[in-house]
Amino acid sequence: MEDTVNRAADTWLIRKATLPSGRSTDLLLHDGVIAETGTRLAAAGAQVLDADGLIALPGLVDLHTHLREPGREDAETIGTGTRAAALGGYTAVHAMANTEPVADTAGVVEQVWRLGREAGHCDVQPVGAVTLGLGGTRLAELGAMADSAARVRVFSDDGHCVSDPLLMRRALEYVKAFDGVIAQHAQEPRLTEGAQMNEGAVSGRLGLAGWPAVAEEAIIARDCLLAAHVGSALHVCHVSTAGSVEIIRWAKSKGWRVTAEVTPHHLLLTDELAESYDPIYKVNPPLRTATDIEGLRVGLADGTIDCVATDHAPHPSEAKDTEWADAAFGMTGLEVALRAVQQAMVETGLLDWAGVADRMSVRPAAIGRLGGHGILPAAGGPANLTLYDPAAAPEPVDPAAHASKSRNSPFRGVALPGHVVATFLRGTATVLDGKATS
Amino acid sequence: MNRHLIAAADLSRDDALLILDTAEELARMSDRPIKKLPTLRGRTVVNLFFEDSTRTRISFEAAAKRLSADVINFSAKGSSVAKGESLKDTALTLEAMGADAVVIRHDASGAPHRLAGWIRGHVINAGDGMHEHPTQALLDAFTIRRRLGLQPGAGETGPAPASRRAASGSATGHSAASRGGGRSGAGGLDGVRVTIVGDVLHSRVARSNIALLNILGAEVTLVAPPTLLPIAVDGWSCEVSYDLDAVLPKSDVIMMLRVQRERMTAAYFPSVREYSRRYGLDAGRMAMLPEHAIVMHPGPMNRGVEIAAEVADSPRSTIVEQVANGVSVRMAVLYLLLGGAELTGEPR
Repeated sequence: MEDTVNRAADTWLIRKATLPSGRSTDLLLHDGVIAETGTRLAAAGAQVLDADGLIALPGLVDLHTHLREPGREDAETIGTGTRAAALGGYTAVHAMANTEPVADTAGVVEQVWRLGREAGHCDVQPVGAVTLGLGGTRLAELGAMADSAARVRVFSDDGHCVSDPLLMRRALEYVKAFDGVIAQHAQEPRLTEGAQMNEGAVSGRLGLAGWPAVAEEAIIARDCLLAAHVGSALHVCHVSTAGSVEIIRWAKSKGWRVTAEVTPHHLLLTDELAESYDPIYKVNPPLRTATDIEGLRVGLADGTIDCVATDHAPHPSEAKDTEWADAAFGMTGLEVALRAVQQAMVETGLLDWAGVADRMSVRPAAIGRLGGHGILPAAGGPANLTLYDPAAAPEPVDPAAHASKSRNSPFRGVALPGHVVATFLRGTATVLDGKATS
Repeated sequence: MNRHLIAAADLSRDDALLILDTAEELARMSDRPIKKLPTLRGRTVVNLFFEDSTRTRISFEAAAKRLSADVINFSAKGSSVAKGESLKDTALTLEAMGADAVVIRHDASGAPHRLAGWIRGHVINAGDGMHEHPTQALLDAFTIRRRLGLQPGAGETGPAPASRRAASGSATGHSAASRGGGRSGAGGLDGVRVTIVGDVLHSRVARSNIALLNILGAEVTLVAPPTLLPIAVDGWSCEVSYDLDAVLPKSDVIMMLRVQRERMTAAYFPSVREYSRRYGLDAGRMAMLPEHAIVMHPGPMNRGVEIAAEVADSPRSTIVEQVANGVSVRMAVLYLLLGGAELTGEPR
């Protein structure tokens, strides 16, 4: 009996979904794969979901998520973070290494990977630290992490820049042995000592120490040259300036193996929000100017920037209920990322839904070397799907209603369009009717 | 004006003039044998100081006491703050104790903004990080008005700056006059040429002064090594020069900022001696100023660095007057915010 129920629960007939290409189709999900596509499909015992007007995106993939576990379970756990991810339409997230202990050994990355499996809301692919304890002086055992059950391919000291040029060169070279990629948090440390916000007109007026664009751009330029020199793969985390986009465009034009991501908040919000001195707008790299937003959007549209990554960075309220300078850097993002991208890129005509599928699923999965994800919905493919209603009336974001343990969303009160209706992970619904199934 | 005084930039011209004129009245009363006024009897003013600043704290304390307010001094050192209490919890504690106004000095820019969001009482910024120090700007403006004879009722007897004497029919003069009507024309600093010298980048005094001087119609020139100016200073409504000697003859007021020795280690300038040679005000440079010009410094001074002793002690120096005027101006601010008087202007 129980067996029968389970099989029925795992068979879904999704009617009249719109594919990213614009074509309408039914989708039959069975045994973790898309068993069949076409019109007027029928399946006895299948649960039916009417997807008329909904877009069927390949399950979203986040290259940059802070799940905080182990160590800071007061801010987020793998359970709450992956539920938040599923609600945002994600079927896989890359968990950043800056946990306590740091994910710099095979043991820690395997633990994170297993906890993700057990939570079941979405796949958790650990990112390994580049240097021991994120200390920036000695390489972590990158090979051991690559060979572990977690099969780590992306390595990052995110939150810290691998600023030592020799160490960065060695890391880039070393990961070639197992097709790894170094994801760099580009921040020249000396140029950003004590930095609080974008250096410009607003920082000058507010008397907050500036984080100049050049501190990001100088590292990106250096790293592109290093990646070219050693023939390795560089991924640039959370690109925030128009100048960075130009440098990456140039590096790509050379045929170098450079990829890049941009966050939803950098696509929509400017440094003028700091005028309130409310640290909900404090993030690293900082919110920049309208000119930068324009450059980032154009870069994402033309493919210079490969993907959107959330940099979901949950913090407990006491880390934000403070003076600006004392507050933690970071913003949550998983639950609003797709809506924010619709606002920034689709409503502006810069990307169509095929473009969104590419930038939020296909390309991040490719950069993360993540099998089974980032595959456009087609018969025989994995049943990792996000059903999204782009016509849902814009609703103000309410962080108190979020599944994330933390409330530090910069979109608080901002009306964003769209609604994630359902998310399927290998054929199992993790989200239905906009609500988590477990 | 808001119910708080957080930034000089938030003041309208009418607000600023009301504060300055009220300070004039209060200053006259302080010449009486009994200085105390009953205005704020039964009201509680808390001095919440997260940075050591005996001068500013005493000035606010004297101002509140002359208005008969009860004053509580809360210093972060050795307090609950030292034990890790957050600003928010400290604020809620003060609120529960019935503080009608909190005077806050904090090393974090924006701390008074945050405080104003957490408590019902009035917030007065006594200096926040590198952001603002509005009562310093108000006392500086008050001092300039008095020394240059520009306060209402000063008539033609006081000395006027050269720019005003020479250009009484100039565009500046006309525009000031044509704004006319009520307060707007009188008592401002229209056309007064103020030069601010030194570490503008890190200075809350400079930010407040630039904002208020602009509001009052003065023409501001900044002089500093390029390293000590904000990167976007082009957008500020003032002139910028790297050459102090060129600016001196065209200044009615010269304001020297304190320069901290630790700036040298962060490579803002090569040495204290070089800074002093290029940007310090010594007797030779003072002689290049017009005869009526005054020399100001918010204190505490580094004698021999940004200002030579003989300049600091010269009759042109207003440094001691600034301290005295600080009490009058802070009395005016407390009187207007706590006394229930509505300042009329809209925040800018």
